[in-house]
Amino acid sequence: MSTKFHVSLKWVLLGIGVLAALIPFIWMIAGSFRSEADLFAAPERLLPTTWTLDGYISIWQELPFLRLLLNSFIFAGVTTVLCLLFDSMCAYALARIQFRGSNVLFWLVIATLMVPFQVTLIPVFIELFHFGWLDTYQGLIIPRATSAFGIFMLRQFFISIPRELDEAARIDGAGHLRIYWTIILPLAKPALATLAVLHFMNLWNDLLWPLIVTSSTEMRTLPAGLTLFGGQHVTDHAVLLAGATISLLPLALAFFFAQKYFVAGIATTGLK
Amino acid sequence: MLRQVSTRTTSPAVRGSRPGGGRAAPRRAFRGLPGWLFAAPSIIILIVFIVYPITQSLWYSLHDWRIGAESQIWLGLDNYQRLLGDELFWNALRVTLLFSLVSVVLQIGIGYWAATALMRETWFNRVFRSIFFFPTIVALATIGLVWRFLLDARIGFVGGVVQLFGGDPVEFLQDPSLALSTVIFVSVWKTVGYAMVILLAGIKGVPDSLYEAARLDGANARQLNWHVTLPSIRPTLLFVTMILTINSLQVFDLVYVMTNGGPLFATDTLVTMMYREGFTNFNLGYASAIAWVLFVIIMLLSALQLRLFRYQDVD
Repeated sequence: MSTKFHVSLKWVLLGIGVLAALIPFIWMIAGSFRSEADLFAAPERLLPTTWTLDGYISIWQELPFLRLLLNSFIFAGVTTVLCLLFDSMCAYALARIQFRGSNVLFWLVIATLMVPFQVTLIPVFIELFHFGWLDTYQGLIIPRATSAFGIFMLRQFFISIPRELDEAARIDGAGHLRIYWTIILPLAKPALATLAVLHFMNLWNDLLWPLIVTSSTEMRTLPAGLTLFGGQHVTDHAVLLAGATISLLPLALAFFFAQKYFVAGIATTGLK
Repeated sequence: MLRQVSTRTTSPAVRGSRPGGGRAAPRRAFRGLPGWLFAAPSIIILIVFIVYPITQSLWYSLHDWRIGAESQIWLGLDNYQRLLGDELFWNALRVTLLFSLVSVVLQIGIGYWAATALMRETWFNRVFRSIFFFPTIVALATIGLVWRFLLDARIGFVGGVVQLFGGDPVEFLQDPSLALSTVIFVSVWKTVGYAMVILLAGIKGVPDSLYEAARLDGANARQLNWHVTLPSIRPTLLFVTMILTINSLQVFDLVYVMTNGGPLFATDTLVTMMYREGFTNFNLGYASAIAWVLFVIIMLLSALQLRLFRYQDVD
């Protein structure tokens, strides 16, 4: 009797949990198809009385939405690609090349792993000011184009690849560049995919960094742009909810098809 | 062994040629070059944008730093002294610690419960787990925005449902006594799935033999939980506690979007205060001092957590 009670209590609580997890997203998506009048008239409704595309139409007029979308793709996309390239190169050097100073470099990477991002924010802002990089793509991208965590993770992965593969290639006359590009990288695809998902997600979602580096509306990314517009007088909630829905779409699709990479990436590193 | 022989730097032929003098030195210098070249892009970025800035941050905190000024005014420890007398700083510290403590305890507690409830590998459980995990991948800015609307007294679904049952809509984010709890709730809502996934991996790693042995000794479900599962997943618990604590001490996005530190500084955290001082008031030295306080707190707490868990190991 009591175990039966416990089991049903468990499922009731889990059911409430699932509803609590889903309702905000359902409300968000439904709200993006809803008129302002409907929202005020019937806030207790989860779904619109009449569906309208107004939010998705006026978002292009009320916000420079295309630009925000483009900036987000450039920032998250280019930075992720550079990050994978630089991280894997550095990891290759640390795992596969014996050279003087490699230990020092390894410890440098480990030490930077422990620095909270916020502590470097003000000096980096001033550096970018002196470089003339504020409010530019290079200012957004270059400082984030490597991650100590990525280097560390890939180094561990590269070490586990058998050395005999390099030896064979070296006998055939291959240099480091060829070994790195044609042997190590292809073998590291799962690790690179996990890292790519993780980097792209964190960059796509980042608010504080683009908020500080950019100042003009044309340079904002989606989270920064939506936040700033949401903070001003909201003329139409549907517009902002449409923006939020669109900005969620790429990650939600990727999550649907490649959940294991998300879980693997986030589980090993922690959140952002 | 094989690799030792064929690696060029340690091959006997090179060693032998060393006393020969002149030619060996440039060659050896050149031999280190590929390593440095491969590492260079990352290392340069790490030094320019993390290592140097962290020292600069400390340096700024000892000045009244003005961006682009000819010379900066040296203050010594004045910024830190000013912090000690600043009510807003103590408020932000209290809010940050309270936010972190309550949200981490709830995230781990609920996450652990959900992990044990959804442990079996059925398709149903997997769908539930995916749903709970999903908010983890969504931007805090988006989540903050949606919850702000959901909780709005005029248009929000929450208020609407309350009214449906004859209640008065509550101003969750405008009421200073409710705002912090509300932000904590949303933070827990977002992160519970993450804690669940990590803890589940830990629970799955506990060997079945331990449970069988305990069951033979007549342990019931609750005892199994307290005396087998929890002690066995201590490393996982430590990991998830550290990650969540460090994370919540740096909370910014959620607060910035939902309340911007208000009402009446009820949700003002160390990072939102730093942001305001640094990028709104341009008190860069003062903001750097706040950043360093945060840095030291995070370091201390990480060390403390490592220690606490290690002491229990000794028992």
